[in-house]
Amino acid sequence: MKTNLLLLAFIFALAATALANPPKGKIKDAKKGNLSVHFKNVVNGKDLRLNDSVSMYKNANGDDFKVTTFKYYISNVILIAKDGGKVAIPDSYFLVNAADSATLNQQITNIPEGKYTGVAFTIGVDSLRNFAGAQTGALDPAKGMFWSWNTGYIFVKFEGQSPRSTARKNRLTFHIGGAQDPNNTIRSFTQRFPKTLKIIDGKLPELELVANAGALFQGKTVVDFSKLNFTMGGPNSVIVADNYADGLFQVSKIRN
Amino acid sequence: MKVKALVFGILLTFVIGSSAFDYGFKGMKYLIPADSIRFVVPANFPKPVYDFKDNPVTGNGFKLGRILFYDPLLSKDKSISCANCHQSFAAFANLDHVLSHGVDECLGTRNAPPLFNLAWQKEFMWDGGVHHIELSPMNAMTNPCEMAMDLNTIVSRLQESKQYPELFKAAFGTAEINSQRVFRAMAQFTGMLVSANSKYDKYTRKGPGGEFSPDEMAGYMLFKQKCSTCHQEPLFTDLSYRNNGLDLKYDDIGRDSITHIEADRGKFRVPSLRNVELTAPYMHDGRFATLKEVLQHYNSGVKHHINLDPALQQNGGLGIALTAKEQGQLITFLKTLTDREFVNDKRFQAPQ
Repeated sequence: MKTNLLLLAFIFALAATALANPPKGKIKDAKKGNLSVHFKNVVNGKDLRLNDSVSMYKNANGDDFKVTTFKYYISNVILIAKDGGKVAIPDSYFLVNAADSATLNQQITNIPEGKYTGVAFTIGVDSLRNFAGAQTGALDPAKGMFWSWNTGYIFVKFEGQSPRSTARKNRLTFHIGGAQDPNNTIRSFTQRFPKTLKIIDGKLPELELVANAGALFQGKTVVDFSKLNFTMGGPNSVIVADNYADGLFQVSKIRN
Repeated sequence: MKVKALVFGILLTFVIGSSAFDYGFKGMKYLIPADSIRFVVPANFPKPVYDFKDNPVTGNGFKLGRILFYDPLLSKDKSISCANCHQSFAAFANLDHVLSHGVDECLGTRNAPPLFNLAWQKEFMWDGGVHHIELSPMNAMTNPCEMAMDLNTIVSRLQESKQYPELFKAAFGTAEINSQRVFRAMAQFTGMLVSANSKYDKYTRKGPGGEFSPDEMAGYMLFKQKCSTCHQEPLFTDLSYRNNGLDLKYDDIGRDSITHIEADRGKFRVPSLRNVELTAPYMHDGRFATLKEVLQHYNSGVKHHINLDPALQQNGGLGIALTAKEQGQLITFLKTLTDREFVNDKRFQAPQ
């Protein structure tokens, strides 16, 4: 009887261990650290200030404009290790809203300790999540970055006004999104860091990512606000996405 | 020997126990008393698109979805609920309303479609712009001409209400309310709207009550010959988008508004013909009041739009030639697609 009880206890212990251990089979996890990401919004070198109608910005076409909304998603962040290895940050979706200062400082957590020389990410939201069901967190459709009539995320939302705009109240409406060809606006970004980033457990290094709203209107195609002042997906959104693919983001600082 | 048997027994219990748990939340929850709330794939249906894998149907989840569906709290002025335009007796279409009416007497641009067998649809709305059942109510909730709400307001209204936190707790384990939980509860309700007990279904399954009259049978044969290219059995739609020659110029460009492709102009989703007897008026803009008018359109009203579907321009003619007798037989057959058990199902009607 005693043997039986012992055996029972043994089996339960075994089962408990088996259940407690994740199936990945890693015996010991490497040390992890965190990274603070600071988003700095600008328009062609000037700090972005919302609703500033005193000092207007100028696009590459020379059109004056002011900005009332600037929001964007980045997702699927990959850190590139010094040895060339890629460390994908699981479930990484970040929404930045120029009107919400809390979103300008975000954190990437649980990064394996080590030296990193660059970063890659998706500008927008990957196709899978665009067509998945109701999401939460940064991807909650209540965040106002989701189209209900042609479901999918708005990757970059820019709204403003320009005296050159022919739209009602001189509005500028650039809602860039769409994850299906031929109007797919998912773009990716890769950049080497200006200096090596060190991730160490217990420390909080900082990465500054500059987002230039002016990049929507220059690059491949210079946008003339008298001709293009409204897009919500479709071919015109592709023009804007092709513009910002290279110029929207820049890693400006690494502070270890 | 005894020890061996005991070990074997314990292991067996463990294996059975864990696999039963794996099998689902599905398997487990279905066993609880609310057993009538269970998603079943009808014998004559294909595999559904939405399998409830991430959102298993439970008695309490379904109940919450049902209450939300019938609650005018979801509209700006608290005047209309989903059920205003999706009435159970009309197979969840809007009887006698050509176009949907929203808050402040706002008149929409399209005919509210019926709601059933949604778990088999990969896209929603007349233009297919919505890609997931869970997000399909968002359109009506946020459209300024329908319920005119934003999701944050809906969530905060529900949080502030007396009854909802408890209902969410019962459905999802905690009283937290967010848009995902709202959508998932609603998908449990709308996904459960399965219509598969019409006379036609009974005929197909060779069950009782499935005997076709000679006219119904003649209509069925005509249907297979002339209509089933687009209205494929057993869902009675191939879920494609087609231009059926309603107009030469379309005010509502349809599928083109989603794809931005000119070849999609004037194309709309092929609607299911199940319960078609109950879902008048017909077409995306509700222009035809009766099935007779619909068949007359196919017989003699089809217009030669540049995107007109090839199936409607064969042998040098436009449309589908149908004699008056054939039209009558077809309508007789179409009425075998009416599912009274579905429209009378108490589980789907307004909660008390």
